[in-house]
Amino acid sequence: MNEPLLRDLVPAVIGVLVRRGADFASAEDAVQDALVESVRVWPDDPPRDPKGWLVTVAWRKFLDVTRAETSRRHREERVEGEPTPGPGEVVDDTLQLYFLCAHPSLTPASAVALTLRAVGGLTTRQIAQAYLVPEATMAQRISRAKRTVSEVRFNQPADLATVLRVLYLVFNEGYSGDVDLAGEAIRLSRQLAVMTRHEEVAGLLALMLLHHARRPARTGPDGRLVPLAEQDRSLWNTRLIAEGVDVLQAALARDRLGEFQAQAAIAALHADAQTVEETDWAQIVEWYDELVRLTDSPVARLNRVVAVGEADGPRAGLAALVGLDPALPRYAAVEAYLHERDGDPVTAARLYADAARSAPSLPERDHLTRQAARLNAQLRS
Amino acid sequence: MAKYLLLKHYRGGPAPAVAFTPMDQWTPDEVDAHVQFMRDFGARLEETGEFVDTQALAPDGAFVRYDGEGRPPVTDGPFVETKDLIAGWYIIDVESWDRAVQLAGELSAAPGPGGKPIHEWLEVRPLWGDSPTVTE
Repeated sequence: MNEPLLRDLVPAVIGVLVRRGADFASAEDAVQDALVESVRVWPDDPPRDPKGWLVTVAWRKFLDVTRAETSRRHREERVEGEPTPGPGEVVDDTLQLYFLCAHPSLTPASAVALTLRAVGGLTTRQIAQAYLVPEATMAQRISRAKRTVSEVRFNQPADLATVLRVLYLVFNEGYSGDVDLAGEAIRLSRQLAVMTRHEEVAGLLALMLLHHARRPARTGPDGRLVPLAEQDRSLWNTRLIAEGVDVLQAALARDRLGEFQAQAAIAALHADAQTVEETDWAQIVEWYDELVRLTDSPVARLNRVVAVGEADGPRAGLAALVGLDPALPRYAAVEAYLHERDGDPVTAARLYADAARSAPSLPERDHLTRQAARLNAQLRS
Repeated sequence: MAKYLLLKHYRGGPAPAVAFTPMDQWTPDEVDAHVQFMRDFGARLEETGEFVDTQALAPDGAFVRYDGEGRPPVTDGPFVETKDLIAGWYIIDVESWDRAVQLAGELSAAPGPGGKPIHEWLEVRPLWGDSPTVTE
C-alpha cells in the first residue's frame, strides 16, 4: 500500500477512535503511533484490511496510554458497549476532522500544521521539514493547537470557508523538503469535494488543479522563475487542466459563484490559450470584476489592473492603478510592466529595480533584477 | 569541526577592492551568471558535507527596542544610507579557520560585470558553540 493511500485512511481511523470515546488529542497521537508501526510491520506482513488493522492497533495504543491514567475495568466496559461505526458515519467523522483542524480559534499556521498531521497523516518531522522549522518547534505548535481545540465538541457545525483557506495556504507553500505540499493540498481538497459537494470546494479544487498543471513550466532548469507569458505551454499538464475545467464547469452550473470559482475561471481562461496572444483578456477582466465584487481584496484589484492593461492597453492599466495603495506587494512590478508596455523603458527600469528591492521572495527578486538589467542594457545600446 | 558565519553586506566593511555598479546595471547574462554561481556554491558545500544554512535578507527593516512597561516598542528606520547593512549569510561547518577563509575567498570571487570576480568583502565570524572541547 503506498503512502498517500495509507494516509487517506487517517482521518477515518481517528474518527472511529473518537466515536469510541477517545478524546481527539489522544486519538490523534494513537493513530500516529499506529502509522509508525505500520511502516515497520507491513512490508513483511501486509494486512488484508489496512483500515481495520490501523483501527485495532491505534485503539490498543490508545488503551495502553490511558490505562496508566484511568482504571482498566472502567475503560474496558466502555469499549464493550461501543457499536461499530457504519460507512456513513466515517464520512461525517472525516469531515468533522477537517472542521476541527481548521477551527477559527486556531491561528492559520497552527491550523495548517494540525490539518497536515490529523487529516493528512503526515509526521511532525515531514511537516517541520516542509516549513523549514526545527521538528521540536513544529511538535510544540501541533500540541498547542490540539490543546486549543480540545474544548471544541467534535460534531459542532463549523465554517467551511476557514477549511478552504487552510487548504489554500498549504497549496501555496508549494514544494520544499521531501513533501509535495501542493500535491497534498490537492489530495485533501479532492477528499473534501467528494464529501461535501459544495461549489466553492469544487472551485478551490479546480483552481489548484489548473495552477498545478502549469508547475513544470513555471521554473527554468536553473531554478529561475518563468512568468506566465514566457512559459513553454507544451509543458502544461493537459490531464490536470481537463480535470480542473470539468470540476469548475460542474460547480459554475450550480450558479452559486464564490471567490475560488472566480479565480479558477481566470486560471481556466489562461489554460485555454494555446499561445499568450490568444488569451481572452476581456473575459479575464470580467472575472476579475466579479472577484473584486466578491472579495473587495486589494490584491484582486492589482491583478485586475494587469488584465486591464492587456485588454485595453497600458494607458488603461495605468489609469486603473490610480487609487491603489503603492505599498501593496508587487505594485511596483505591475507599474514597471505597464510603463514598459507604454514605451517608457527609463521609468520601467527604475521601477523594476525598486520592485526587486521589495520582492516577496528570492526567485522574484532575481527575476525583477533581470528585468531591470534587460531594459538598462537596451537603453545603453 | 567548527561553525563559521560568512556574512555578505549590501554596505559597510572595508573600502571595496573593485568598484562595481548595482546589479540592475549589469547585462541579463551577467545577472544570470552571478545567481547561478551563488546556487552552485551552496550545492557544492552540501556535497562536501560543510553546508549548514544560507539566507538572504531584504534591504528593508528597522531597529526596534523596548520602551518601558505598557508602551509599544520604539522603531527606528529605515536604515540610514551610511549604515553597515547585511545582505545575507552562509553558515558552514568546517575543519578549520583556514578552510573557512578559503571558502569565503571562493564566495568573494562571484562573477560580476564582464564575468570578472567582484572581490567583495565577506565577514567571517566563528560561532560560539555550547559544548566545551574536552582536553584531558
